[in-house]
Amino acid sequence: MVPKLICDDEMADVHAPATSDKDSLKVTIKLSVEKINAINRICASYDNDPEELISVLHETQNTLGYLPAEVQEIIAHNLKISAAHVYGVVTFYSYFTMVPKGDHPISVCMGTACYVRGAEKILDELKKELNINIGETTPDQRFSISCLRCVGACGLAPVMMVGEKVYGRVSPNDVRKILEEYREDNCEECKPTQQL
Amino acid sequence: MEMIELSIDNKVLRVKKGTTILKAARKVGIEIPTLCHMELHNMNIENKPGSCRVCVVEVDGRRNLAPACITEVTPGMVVNTHTVRVLNARKTIVELLISDHPYDCLVCAKSGNCDLQSIAHKFGIRRVHFKGEKSTYRKDTSPSIIRDVDKCIMCRRCEMMCNEVQTVGALSAVNRGFISVVAPAFEMNLEQSSCTYCGQCVSVCPTGALTEVDSTNKVLLALMDKSKTVIVQTAPSVRAALGEEFGLPAGTLVTGKMVAALRRIGFKYVFDTDFAADLTIMEEGTELLGRLKAHLAGESNAKLPILTSCCPGWVNFMEHNFPDLLHIPSTAKSPQQMFGAIAKTYFADLIGVKRQDLVVVSVMPCLAKKYECQRDEFKVDGNPDVDFSISTRELADLIKQSNIDFLNLPDEDFDTPLGESTGASVIFGNTGGVIEAACRTAYELYTGKKLDVIEFESLRGKEGIRSAKLDFDGLTLNIGIAHGLSNARKLLDDVRAGKSDYHAIEIMACVGGCIAGGGQPYHHGDSKILRQRRNAIYREDKNKTIRKSHENPYIIQLYKDFLGQPCGQKSHELLHTVYYDKSREEITIHHD
Repeated sequence: MVPKLICDDEMADVHAPATSDKDSLKVTIKLSVEKINAINRICASYDNDPEELISVLHETQNTLGYLPAEVQEIIAHNLKISAAHVYGVVTFYSYFTMVPKGDHPISVCMGTACYVRGAEKILDELKKELNINIGETTPDQRFSISCLRCVGACGLAPVMMVGEKVYGRVSPNDVRKILEEYREDNCEECKPTQQL
Repeated sequence: MEMIELSIDNKVLRVKKGTTILKAARKVGIEIPTLCHMELHNMNIENKPGSCRVCVVEVDGRRNLAPACITEVTPGMVVNTHTVRVLNARKTIVELLISDHPYDCLVCAKSGNCDLQSIAHKFGIRRVHFKGEKSTYRKDTSPSIIRDVDKCIMCRRCEMMCNEVQTVGALSAVNRGFISVVAPAFEMNLEQSSCTYCGQCVSVCPTGALTEVDSTNKVLLALMDKSKTVIVQTAPSVRAALGEEFGLPAGTLVTGKMVAALRRIGFKYVFDTDFAADLTIMEEGTELLGRLKAHLAGESNAKLPILTSCCPGWVNFMEHNFPDLLHIPSTAKSPQQMFGAIAKTYFADLIGVKRQDLVVVSVMPCLAKKYECQRDEFKVDGNPDVDFSISTRELADLIKQSNIDFLNLPDEDFDTPLGESTGASVIFGNTGGVIEAACRTAYELYTGKKLDVIEFESLRGKEGIRSAKLDFDGLTLNIGIAHGLSNARKLLDDVRAGKSDYHAIEIMACVGGCIAGGGQPYHHGDSKILRQRRNAIYREDKNKTIRKSHENPYIIQLYKDFLGQPCGQKSHELLHTVYYDKSREEITIHHD
């Protein structure tokens, strides 16, 4: 029997073979013309200045609701910076999200005042009611939950927001009632916040 | 220039305003330990994120400890670099770093070359007082580079290299706090990113977070296989750096010992990539003259400037970033691939071995060469022209594993016919070397005259972008040289904008050229090492009796017996290649 060489560098053997197949390297951007134009307009309004990346991301997220990879690729291309850099900034700030927020984004204040007055219980109640976690969106796209730090209404603690509307002195029992306001049948101004 | 007086460890000194405590201390012989900080002098490369805090010192009147690498001196500053408070803080900082680091030093690829390991040793750390959560992240393996970010200490040196020095933009710090890592965009694998495999991230990584794909075991297996004939080629820069792995001073040429070692490892024939570099000059030089003559004849489709194509990191960069300019690089393959193509045809026939029974190993200062030799266009029926490419470091490992007393080896010569080379091919290792070698040949072929002075001093130097005008018997040739991909990008942006009047441009991905490649012995931020390697390369050129590629007798023989003429039919089949558009974005509009 021929003795075998012991090779423990498993890493060396697992890598996929190199390929000249150019298509495997392509990032296919699937966005509507309107969305691409909107992103291009926002970038242009900041002169495609890489120093304005955060402003561009803010405005793009306000317009599209979120910042998926494709959108970041286009911004990187326009601002002549690497996609890795854009992704680094998007993942650094909790404000930016790569998953679409719900039509009615819910934010619970976790600042000191709200926290000591029971914000966590409200959060738990929301999670239970909607069956999603922080940073997630309901399958019907109507609600998403996130946390924020202080909306400047500490006297009303604990505070939560639905869209732009602030709810103060919320108790866990109020949660279901507040959500009811936004159920499809009850919601007066119910139209998608995502314009595009 | 305003001078500032301060005292460090009771030594009073005056330094220029704007000097950091770290640099001021060095002036009086005080070496404050650093980890994330790295400076490569003469290259304008400095990484000082001030993130690791290993360099903290005590400043009188300051409440907290100051990081020496980013704190500038102030008038009357009193600095102490080894008080009890400083010593305790340093130890705690390093212990905290280690507490989130795998304890696998014994089997880590970076063991013995790890800056974190040596600092832990230097500080006398014998136990870690902190136990807590450890970062875990998937391993990422590409054809050239392995990422194991569990070992990352977030020094950001790789990021600085990738983004500022190379402008490749493959790596960035992503996420925040404990879960943050250095990763490609959207945390894709390196292979899907815009990575060029230049390996500069590996060469500056202080730990085992970034290492090369190790192919030494594959080489050993091939050597043990009785049915295979295993031959080896060594790149010019390897001989100027390999000695460092055996404790020799930087810049020691170990060509003869390297050949002797390779023979003792068991390679049947020990050949030289330099031979193929001479061949590259014949092809690339002929191509340059052809395009130049077309240009002078006023042909509108004359493609100038011609770009060198020896450097696979640069070729990758071009394919990713300049897909609209793929028609201007020379179509000549790199020396590594030319060697493989000739070895598996001409040489295989010569010794009567079938292609699939001949194994070609290359020793390279480069990690991108590992990827290059795996490219589909360099295979015949799935059999690669070059089977395995190993780095200078891997060769040192092979020599050590083979029980060879390297320092006491006799000097031996390369085998013939693929081991004979000229001085022109040796200087491929330095920035400006390829174009100088090409000019030595192109001048004589174009003018029909002998060169009086072989050295083209105007092409040498260390500036990132250089240009020179050469007189080819009345014809002025504009030459551009760039090393470091950020410099290459600048030259190429000019070409794209039609603002460039160069006839030929040499580009090397790594700052300094191949001598500073990603596969070379670690320099640990000491740029003197790179300078000494550079001088060694020029010394080797001087020592050669033949210093022009077209005078290599075995090259002349190869054209006579096999290839016909440069850029002829056979050359085109074997020695030239094509490039692909690998730009990442493709905007396909989707109507939703």
